[in-house]
Amino acid sequence: MGADRGIHVEVTGKDYETLGPLQVSKIMAALAKKEEAKLVILGKQAIDDDCNQTGQMTAALLDWPQGTFASEVTIEGDKMKVVREVDGGLETIKINMPAVVTADLRLNTPRYATLPNIMKAKKKKIASMKPADLGVDLTSRIEILRVDDPPQREAGVKVETVEDLVTKLKETGRI
Amino acid sequence: MAALFKARKALGIAVGCSKRYITQLAELPEMHQMLRQTCRDYADRELAPIAAKLDKEHVFPAKQVRELGEMGVMSVEVPEHLGGAGLDYLAYALAMEEVSRGCASTGVVVSVNNSLYIGPILKFGTEEQKEKWITPFTTGEKVGCFALSEPGNGSDAGAASTTARQEGDEWVLNGTKAWITNSWDASATVVFATTDKNLKHKGISAFLIPMPHPGLSLGKKEDKLGIRASSTANIILEDCRIPLGNLLGSRGMGFKIAMQTLDSGRIGIAAQALGIAQAAMDCAADYAHKRMAFGAPIGKMQAIQFKLADMAVALESSRLLTWKAALLKDAGKPYSKAAAMAKLSASEAATHIAHQSIQVLGGMGYVSDMPAERHYRDARITEIYEGTSEIQRLVIANLVLKEYQV
Repeated sequence: MGADRGIHVEVTGKDYETLGPLQVSKIMAALAKKEEAKLVILGKQAIDDDCNQTGQMTAALLDWPQGTFASEVTIEGDKMKVVREVDGGLETIKINMPAVVTADLRLNTPRYATLPNIMKAKKKKIASMKPADLGVDLTSRIEILRVDDPPQREAGVKVETVEDLVTKLKETGRI
Repeated sequence: MAALFKARKALGIAVGCSKRYITQLAELPEMHQMLRQTCRDYADRELAPIAAKLDKEHVFPAKQVRELGEMGVMSVEVPEHLGGAGLDYLAYALAMEEVSRGCASTGVVVSVNNSLYIGPILKFGTEEQKEKWITPFTTGEKVGCFALSEPGNGSDAGAASTTARQEGDEWVLNGTKAWITNSWDASATVVFATTDKNLKHKGISAFLIPMPHPGLSLGKKEDKLGIRASSTANIILEDCRIPLGNLLGSRGMGFKIAMQTLDSGRIGIAAQALGIAQAAMDCAADYAHKRMAFGAPIGKMQAIQFKLADMAVALESSRLLTWKAALLKDAGKPYSKAAAMAKLSASEAATHIAHQSIQVLGGMGYVSDMPAERHYRDARITEIYEGTSEIQRLVIANLVLKEYQV
């Protein structure tokens, strides 16, 4: 959607299987320092693990301020105003830069890539590197004990009357 | 032969994207695939959901045209220094198909602006004319139109009865143009008028007129069968005065400009027909999966299957003809026969596929709850404008016979 260049940090094998927010945030923090970034924008919460941790951890590792769940971001001089979507409503904070922001759904509407930019995309550089190049240790601090599928849906039982229904529910300990 | 193609393809990659080969008909280059997907995403999200409403209310899709302009779709072939996307005709054909698949009316607006309005100015205009008449029309803020047909002549373009006489430092135009797409929404038009009646078709010249302009008025909006979100009306010229600098090309060049413009416009319309056909096909195939009859989805029945197969073959073969015409044009090779074949094939495929799509849907195809009836109505015009199917056959036959001339 309009990036000038890309960086691909290749993670393979066992490291990839145990990659979690802590490891990703270590990589992000190392890259932010290397690229001398002023602003790091990340997603709010991944749909696979639902962690909502990477942005916050990245900020902590960098010792930078964070504006998470951002639905509005305004740069005001050398500070940043962030409107955050929180359970109780909207919270507006002002933070110093450099900072980490995590994006909420309401932050913006992604623009469509223009046709000329699509043609130029092929020529743009994607630099490739390994986590070791950034001096990052990807060892997992957690051990996954088990992963279970949700229980299979079983066939129901048909009953004739409401009394039967109540009896059956009591029998199976549901009420 | 195969080795020669492989070597040339390898060279092509080293040299850059400026040459196209037959091998690329089998699968589009990666860049063009991305381009196609982008246009498809836009059409799915922004055009398809409103197409029925635009058609019902005859509303010009101004917002969408602006957004398409921002993406570069309103000026695909225009070089970047003039504000365009600087891409090739294959890219234009792909964009046209995807836009038309979402909304055929929006497709014709895109096509007329790109091929019929910008096209001749890009090819025959001076640098000054290009900057004045093309650049503001690349962004989607303004669209142009093309005024060739008259109430008295459509296919018979050489019989233009609209006249232009020189009076001092002005041209004065008189006459009526008919069936002009975009007329009610355009900010400029390319107009063809007779400057020397005794020279017959060699006495026709092309002019650029801004809209609105004194002496230029519009007839009532036609109430069309399809592509209803685009405006179609007469343009009436009554002592319409324009500066001498508004002549496009040289005096007497008008017929040549018109014919060459329509040649390339054909590829755009072929692509529009492909889009409509694809949309109709999508509708039918989806319905075949879902509609149950005689205890099974109707897609299990041979009658339906044969229809879908015939639709797929007609669509794919028209698409390859269209891509071939675009590739030949991009390679600077003669493309008139391929373009005429593409337009003929795609437009007839569109009407056939839309017709059969309604048949697959049965009663549901006849009501506006499903888009099949709109595709049927939209498809019909593709066999008529920018050269009727009959004219296409004449063009093709002429070129075929020339190939066999001793």
